[in-house]
Amino acid sequence: MRRSLSRIWAIFKARNYEFFRDRSSLGWSLLFPFLVVYGFSFAFSGDSQKLAKFAVVAPSDAEALLKAPPVGGIPHVDRVAYPNVEAALAKLRRHQVDIVVDPASKPLRYWISESSPKGFIAEKLLRDAAIEHDGLGHAVLPLERAAVEGREIRYVDWLMPGLLGMNMMFAALFGVGYVIVRYRKNGVLKRLKATPVRPFEFLVAQVLSRLYVIVATTAIVFVGTNFLLKFNVMGSYWLLLLILVLGALALISVGLLIAARVKSEELAGGVLNLLSWPMMFLSGVWFSLEGANPIMRNLAKVLPLTHANDAARLVMNEGATFVQVLPQLVTLAGITVVCLALGSWIFRWD
Amino acid sequence: MDNSGLAIEVRGLKKSFGKVEAVRGLDLKVREGICFGLLGPNGAGKTTTIEMMEGILEPDGGEILVRGRPLSAKTRARAGIQFQATSLPDYLKVGEVLEMFHSFYDQRAELADVVRACDLSGLLDRDVKKLSGGQRQRVLLALALVNDPDLVFLDEPTTGLDPQARRLFWDLVNGIKKRGKTIILTTHYMDEAYVLCDEIAVVDHGRVLVEGTPQALLSRYFGGVLLELPRALALPGEPKDLGWVVTEDETKHRIRTAKVQESLNWMLAQGLDLSGLRIRDMSLEDLFLELTGKELRA
Repeated sequence: MRRSLSRIWAIFKARNYEFFRDRSSLGWSLLFPFLVVYGFSFAFSGDSQKLAKFAVVAPSDAEALLKAPPVGGIPHVDRVAYPNVEAALAKLRRHQVDIVVDPASKPLRYWISESSPKGFIAEKLLRDAAIEHDGLGHAVLPLERAAVEGREIRYVDWLMPGLLGMNMMFAALFGVGYVIVRYRKNGVLKRLKATPVRPFEFLVAQVLSRLYVIVATTAIVFVGTNFLLKFNVMGSYWLLLLILVLGALALISVGLLIAARVKSEELAGGVLNLLSWPMMFLSGVWFSLEGANPIMRNLAKVLPLTHANDAARLVMNEGATFVQVLPQLVTLAGITVVCLALGSWIFRWD
Repeated sequence: MDNSGLAIEVRGLKKSFGKVEAVRGLDLKVREGICFGLLGPNGAGKTTTIEMMEGILEPDGGEILVRGRPLSAKTRARAGIQFQATSLPDYLKVGEVLEMFHSFYDQRAELADVVRACDLSGLLDRDVKKLSGGQRQRVLLALALVNDPDLVFLDEPTTGLDPQARRLFWDLVNGIKKRGKTIILTTHYMDEAYVLCDEIAVVDHGRVLVEGTPQALLSRYFGGVLLELPRALALPGEPKDLGWVVTEDETKHRIRTAKVQESLNWMLAQGLDLSGLRIRDMSLEDLFLELTGKELRA
């Protein structure tokens, strides 16, 4: 046991030396996420071209309700349907919509956030639309106003967990999968096979080394970007760290599984791209899949990055507790166990 | 041969890769404490054989006994291995690589002794990617010795090295031999085999052609010496009773004979110009070519 730990420690150290001494790779792995976060924060910091974003409560027949007066007739606004009032109000509290309207209610109920500057405009537009609806300058639709308290969630607050997740995904998949295939191709693994090192020891060392690298670089990027952008973290930092660790482990294990037998770097690169690109677009890195095709949403559920992003956003943006993100954590742990076990079982040195 | 003093014994070893039979029922016996050379042209099956003996490749058939016991994880842990081609993890220093491999084993040599034995004292802080060919081979040899092995496998360790680096490497191997280790060496260089090996086996097409000490094999196959004359000189036939075996290449007549003085007298009597005459012993290279032919191998 002691010798086994000593072997794991020796390989862990060697892999860390390799990563941290490769200045160009290290620099890029830190610089890239900084550039993306600041770039997107700058690009999306301005106000939307639309006057306001209306949330329409539509338990059914969303298409028709979105087009129905008075909201359907307001020009130059975005309209998004939500299945219930609670979901729409959650968005309003985070300033992700400017007003919530329940078209089925009588009198017509609407909610605005007192702290949202656009809420005032949205309310004015709704009232004008209700008056115009009369045709005689009188509101035929009685309106009932309610206000909610909330703090703005900027796009960058929403984007940050996804960007860190994407960075983690590339670092995990390519940093483990590609490296092991390179080791196999250039004979490093064959040399290790000639020693008492067991596959499990080698794989554990690779997992721990990559986990260490990912946690360290993600923490640096988070602290560095938070310094200027001041992210709105509503939940526990410890819970975020747990999500980071479990998310990284799940993605590293997927990388190990791919690298367990592949001998060609080209093939490994192709397979890793085949996995990483769908995750980049379906796991909610850049945009939410709310309202997307159900097939796409179900497909996204099998991708580990989706669960890591969802959990991180729930904690950062909504202050979710451990119990609230438990389903995502259990899924990530399950993916880790299955991929690691399968990867160790089918692993070949040469 | 008495089996009690054997470091390793191989019986009926077989290995195929698809339709290619790389090793076809090979037998070997290597005594403890000697340097044993496995010689053969490219594609003869040397590396496949040595990798099966190391436990890296699984044989399709046959048996490998290390000190009378079947090959196992335990016997493998007591072997030192230098592959024909090995990469090391990037960005590591020589000292770090040695420490890493040293930590893998239960039974270990003193690292300082290994460093001294392989002449690496001045290279411990050097990046492994910045080593010359000779320095790199010395590091790989050191990695093969960190576990204080009983059996050391060296697969073409001096291929591509300059003459100085090769001779330095020979000194290191001789040093290991003096410590009582058994060495199994594959090489293309016949001078290297002659200098280092106590016994050799010439392998071709996956089988052992001959086995024994270099001197015994040379005297078994070639009695006498080799007389070489310029090809431009016309030989007036061959004398009777002098046992000449004459071969020719592009530049020379090559006459193998045990009766040197009589042959020279006969040449002088024929009025041959002997100013271009060269007399030398038969070499392992002559034996190698005699056994494996002169055609180019892949």
